[in-house]
Amino acid sequence: MGDLQIKKQPKNYDAVIVGSGAGGGMAAYVLANAGLKVCLLEAGPMFDPKKDSNQLKNPWESPRRGAHTKFRPFGDFDGCYWGWEVDGEPYTQTGNPGTTKWEWWRARMLGGRTNHWGRISLRFGPKDFKRKSIDGLGDDWPIGYEDVKPYYDKIDQLLGVYGTNEGLYNDPDGFFLPPPKPRLHELMIKKAATGIGIPVIPSRMSILTKQINKDRGQCFYCSQCGRSCKVYADFSSSSVLVIPALKTGNIDLVTNAMAREVLTNKEGLATGISYINKEDGQEYQVNGRTVILAASACESSRLLLNSKSARFPNGLANGSGIVGKYLHDSTGADMGGIIPHLLDRKRYNEDGTGGMHVYTPWWLDNKKLDFPRGYHIEYGGGFGMPLYGFEWGIEKINGDGKIMGKAKEPGGYGASLKDDYRRLFGAHVGMAGRGEAVANINNYCEIDPNVVDKYGIPVLRFNTSHSEYEIRQAKHMKETFKEILHAMGAVVTWGGDDNEKNNYGIHAPGNIIHEAGTVRMGNDARTAPLNKWSQAHEVKNLFCVDGGPFVSQADKNITWTILALSMRTSEYLVDEMKKRNI
Amino acid sequence: MDRRKSIKTIIVGTVGTLSAGALVEACNTGEEKKNDAPKVADATAPAETNRMKEEEEHYKEVVSKTFFTPGEMATITVLGDIIIPKDEHSGSASDAKVPDFIEFIVKDIPSHQIPMRGGLRWLDVQCLNRYGKAFKDCSRQQQIEMVDAIAYPKKAKPEMAQGVAFFNLMRNLVSTGFFTSQMGVKDLGYIGNAPNQWNGVPDDVLKQYGLAYTEKELKECVSFS
Repeated sequence: MGDLQIKKQPKNYDAVIVGSGAGGGMAAYVLANAGLKVCLLEAGPMFDPKKDSNQLKNPWESPRRGAHTKFRPFGDFDGCYWGWEVDGEPYTQTGNPGTTKWEWWRARMLGGRTNHWGRISLRFGPKDFKRKSIDGLGDDWPIGYEDVKPYYDKIDQLLGVYGTNEGLYNDPDGFFLPPPKPRLHELMIKKAATGIGIPVIPSRMSILTKQINKDRGQCFYCSQCGRSCKVYADFSSSSVLVIPALKTGNIDLVTNAMAREVLTNKEGLATGISYINKEDGQEYQVNGRTVILAASACESSRLLLNSKSARFPNGLANGSGIVGKYLHDSTGADMGGIIPHLLDRKRYNEDGTGGMHVYTPWWLDNKKLDFPRGYHIEYGGGFGMPLYGFEWGIEKINGDGKIMGKAKEPGGYGASLKDDYRRLFGAHVGMAGRGEAVANINNYCEIDPNVVDKYGIPVLRFNTSHSEYEIRQAKHMKETFKEILHAMGAVVTWGGDDNEKNNYGIHAPGNIIHEAGTVRMGNDARTAPLNKWSQAHEVKNLFCVDGGPFVSQADKNITWTILALSMRTSEYLVDEMKKRNI
Repeated sequence: MDRRKSIKTIIVGTVGTLSAGALVEACNTGEEKKNDAPKVADATAPAETNRMKEEEEHYKEVVSKTFFTPGEMATITVLGDIIIPKDEHSGSASDAKVPDFIEFIVKDIPSHQIPMRGGLRWLDVQCLNRYGKAFKDCSRQQQIEMVDAIAYPKKAKPEMAQGVAFFNLMRNLVSTGFFTSQMGVKDLGYIGNAPNQWNGVPDDVLKQYGLAYTEKELKECVSFS
């Protein structure tokens, strides 16, 4: 390393964007199409689903039959590089009494985690921006649904989403492609749940059931959106935003570029990014008139906190001390079982689109409940591709007369065991609650003073816990799942034994992979790093467009809102640059 | 290109091994071929599984080692075929090369190594004490007698508990290996993983379960005629 030096790129870009996932991809797309010159930094390698997806591979084409590795925690064919751990990039926990370990997912590839996400594309509703006004907890957003609606409308049509207009106030209508018909188990769920007052409506997924433009194909129903789509029939930032935007010629994409800090000048403005190139190990600086962070909520706050200077001793844009605080994730609890009526089912192809064809939006009034925020329910089941773990633990199931029709000695071997597997195939059903946690200043990430990653970048240390609000919500989820499963005649086989001793099986914070809130927006610079345009109060040419700006995250998956807000911020930025305000 | 025709092209492509290029070609409308699209060099060549370089390195390291001894592999083979025997529908675990899968997976998921190695030895010591021979050298009758003592968790004697735990793991590994093999998937009757048009639950199945699509669903959902 004797000759280590910092290589400065001579070019001065209009914008340097860190991260190519939903937020960064959208910013790159909008800016490049507006004619601005963009440098897009991505910490992982190039990834084009057209060439790189493992779609349509059979289980036996994986030596591990689709089992997960640390490289692909969602299985060997999954479309995301890395996840809960990244070699050479640790993170730590404060371990303070009462805290629960934060689980941090990190994707390293063009498009980030959008290559494998669930494509559940839900708009926040009017109430979701104003929760404090409703229940007194957390904070209201400085914007409302009416500010974001035009962008939801635009991305629905630009990116494509299927669903139905149901006229639900807090689950607003949109521009939907037709949804696929429910599968058999989904019809059973719908009948059972609606019978006990729980609504079940078509899913809202960014999957193209109709072709929307010449560059993208139409869904061919393999259910493998998680592997990313070779014909671009679902939304990934790689296939739908970055790769098309590269054709403008306005983007220089630098892959394997791990951002180190945001550079500033003596006027206190951002001037660019310093990064290490993972391929040659050299240090680089790239300059821009604006800097846009989209590295994920936690990585973006890490970058800000690591960008210390005499002028910004707490880290950049952090005069408030709020950067890293209010970290929150969706809550999660799950349960599943077997539908005895579905033993010995007739075989047919029911792969359908990726994920569920129906779901349950939040349907109750929290004023009448002992927890303040809602959740939605996602459903699974049916004939999935057999993969590693197929019917694992059959010895707990195949002796049960309620399931199998006739009791026998569980476990066993031989021809009758072999037949049990055939009988059970396609009879499983599962449900997952995904809810809103109340954003809390005591849940945060900060720089660990003692630990650096292999690039010498100080790492994040997490301090998170669930409150009684989240735990009571998980309890309610579990009760609801039991009611639905009971109403459909299913036998609970997993997730049914959780209780107060394990907080009703609530997932560890971070585990649902909806990190948000660490660089939140607000009108008051003393309590929020960003203004209502996701522009730093203290550094007017610095923006953040990932999950960081979220004041609260609703009982919805956050990607569609990240995309809408990133488009809104990007259009604002273009406009401000035209007006020479930046 | 007509959508249905595209689907047909794709399905034809899947019979062999599908190449990414062929799939994209099939789904693009004819006039939309791009100059920079990669040419399909050999439609029959298997498409490589996408791997990061770190994954390649890990894979090479895993397959460079041998975990089980020949004696252990022989025991795994005998046990595997007791758990999943050949029947009128399909072959046995060893017909589907399940022992090779188990050799790979214990190296890939090292937490299986001690339970497998120790469990196999536990089994052999039991057999030595009972029959004076290792499991694989016992008679068929002795092997089945031994397996019967550990294959039924609820009725097994308390002193067999470690054997039950081992046999549970064996049952799960063998069955997962078998039903994810080409032979096992065919036996199960999984017929997905192919481009198609989802048109809802077949009518006879709806009837069997007393279900029907609502007017609303039929009106608003995607249909193919």
